[in-house]
Amino acid sequence: MSIDLETAARVAKLARIRVSDDALPELAAEFNTILGFIEQLGEVDVEGVEPMTSVTPMRLKRREDVVTDGHQQDKVLANAPDAREGFFAVPKVVE
Amino acid sequence: MMSDMSKMTLAQARDALRAGELTSAELTESCLERIGAAGALNAFVHDTSDLARAQATEADARIQAGDAPDLCGIPLGIKDLFCTEGVPSQAASRILEGFRPQYESTVTRNLRAAGGVMLGKLNMDEFAMGSSNETSVYGDAVNPWKVDDRALTPGGSSGGSAAAVAADLCIAATGTDTGGSIRQPAAFTGIVGIKPTYGRCSRWGIVAFASSLDQAGPMTKSVRDAAIMLGAMAGHDPMDSTSADIPVPDFEAMLTGDIRGKVIGIPREYRMEGMPEEIEALWSRGTEMLRDAGAEIRDISLPHTKYALPAYYVIAPAEASSNLARYDGVRYGHRATLEAGEGITEMYEKTRAEGFGAEVQRRVMVGTYVLSAGFYDAYYNRARKVRTLIKRDFDQAFEAGVDAILTPATPSAAFGLDEMSDADPVQMYLNDVFTVTVNLAGLPGISVPAGLNGAGLPLGLQLIGRPWEEGDLLNTAYALESAAGFVEKPAQWW
Repeated sequence: MSIDLETAARVAKLARIRVSDDALPELAAEFNTILGFIEQLGEVDVEGVEPMTSVTPMRLKRREDVVTDGHQQDKVLANAPDAREGFFAVPKVVE
Repeated sequence: MMSDMSKMTLAQARDALRAGELTSAELTESCLERIGAAGALNAFVHDTSDLARAQATEADARIQAGDAPDLCGIPLGIKDLFCTEGVPSQAASRILEGFRPQYESTVTRNLRAAGGVMLGKLNMDEFAMGSSNETSVYGDAVNPWKVDDRALTPGGSSGGSAAAVAADLCIAATGTDTGGSIRQPAAFTGIVGIKPTYGRCSRWGIVAFASSLDQAGPMTKSVRDAAIMLGAMAGHDPMDSTSADIPVPDFEAMLTGDIRGKVIGIPREYRMEGMPEEIEALWSRGTEMLRDAGAEIRDISLPHTKYALPAYYVIAPAEASSNLARYDGVRYGHRATLEAGEGITEMYEKTRAEGFGAEVQRRVMVGTYVLSAGFYDAYYNRARKVRTLIKRDFDQAFEAGVDAILTPATPSAAFGLDEMSDADPVQMYLNDVFTVTVNLAGLPGISVPAGLNGAGLPLGLQLIGRPWEEGDLLNTAYALESAAGFVEKPAQWW
């Protein structure tokens, strides 16, 4: 499996990271090195093996379905690059 | 005298504080002085000296009142990955510039509650992605060990923690370990580092990299110190659904040094092709030491070892791409300046291009690729199946009676900063070849300094234990530490 420039550009787009056109060849080459390394996994016989979902055999804990937190608007917004009137502010999303 | 205090181990400092031979205020001042004079190591990156002095005063009052847990009054360094209330916590990334958490991570809260003193935040690889501390927005941390004119890496990602402990800038430090990030830097700097069983320490408030692999642990000057500090960091936390609700034993009390009859496995697959002779020799010496201490040495096989690193480089980037999706320029940290007409998609793309360094971008994109439609089964699901097999290898060894497994900690001693800059990313990944299996299997692993190489740089051995049996593992490490008798310290050049 080899990554071409178009695939590299598509992955960058999916990851929401801007990559300039002239940086794409190097990026594609790096992907190919890493994916070439990962390809080894194809040698392993995984017939009938379950994919791991939890490394320690424990059951996730349950708790009462009640509100335990809240009323922290100031704290939630304290680190926002742009917060106005109690909300996060972003560029216009809907035309 | 003042500058000597910071050279104490945690156990020595604790005993001296309780005996009234020194105060936390004096000890803290001694560390702050050494930090001030160690700028060349670039280990501490956010100064919290005012907070440290206030905490030391409080700790002294507690000690006076006879209410002193082990950590009370002990000056600690905290990896920048831990969220600390009101104190910059940016995972060594530009994208979290200016971020001041409104909350405290559970581990640092536990340390505070035990009376620990926070000296400052420590350098690391960006988002803990790296093995040399060269991906940090703060610049490289530097290893206090030096044998020629080259500046050496302290390892990574917990490079600042390792450098700070090895150079006696603090008594001990916190680290985190996703593929070897506590154990590899510990080995490169001649200190002890333990990654506990997955679930032993709460991950709440620790900036997430790969959530199924990340664990916090102590980095210390001795095995005893690691036992004491792990006890203070660990414990069940309802805020982390993967945190184990099991009691934390008194690890220090389990250090008897008696390992007679224990079965130590030597995995043949860790004898890598092209492994330097000095690593091989160290491993053999370590094996002899444990045999001489009365342990039974047994050759074992962990057949899927070879596939651990490629499985890791599917699973960790996949989880990272998901975890790091939260850095969108909306809720915290950096936001790119937009041109007229640019909208929300441009904001995301420019913010993440400006905020993430090259290695983080690479891993997020690799993770995005292996999770994308059409490749999910071929890469991600296959890697998770291989992970099941890697864990099964260990389970079978333990079921056959093995108590602990001895391996080298790293494939080499510390290398020069910039020396790997022309190598492809996979060459750097090979640093974690002996440590990464332990994260994939969720096991506890500890790196113990065991000797110097021909050039005079420290080398470490790794012991891997059964799940939840850190106490037994620490005891075996204690026996190895006693036999190895490693006492060398880096000569001060900074």
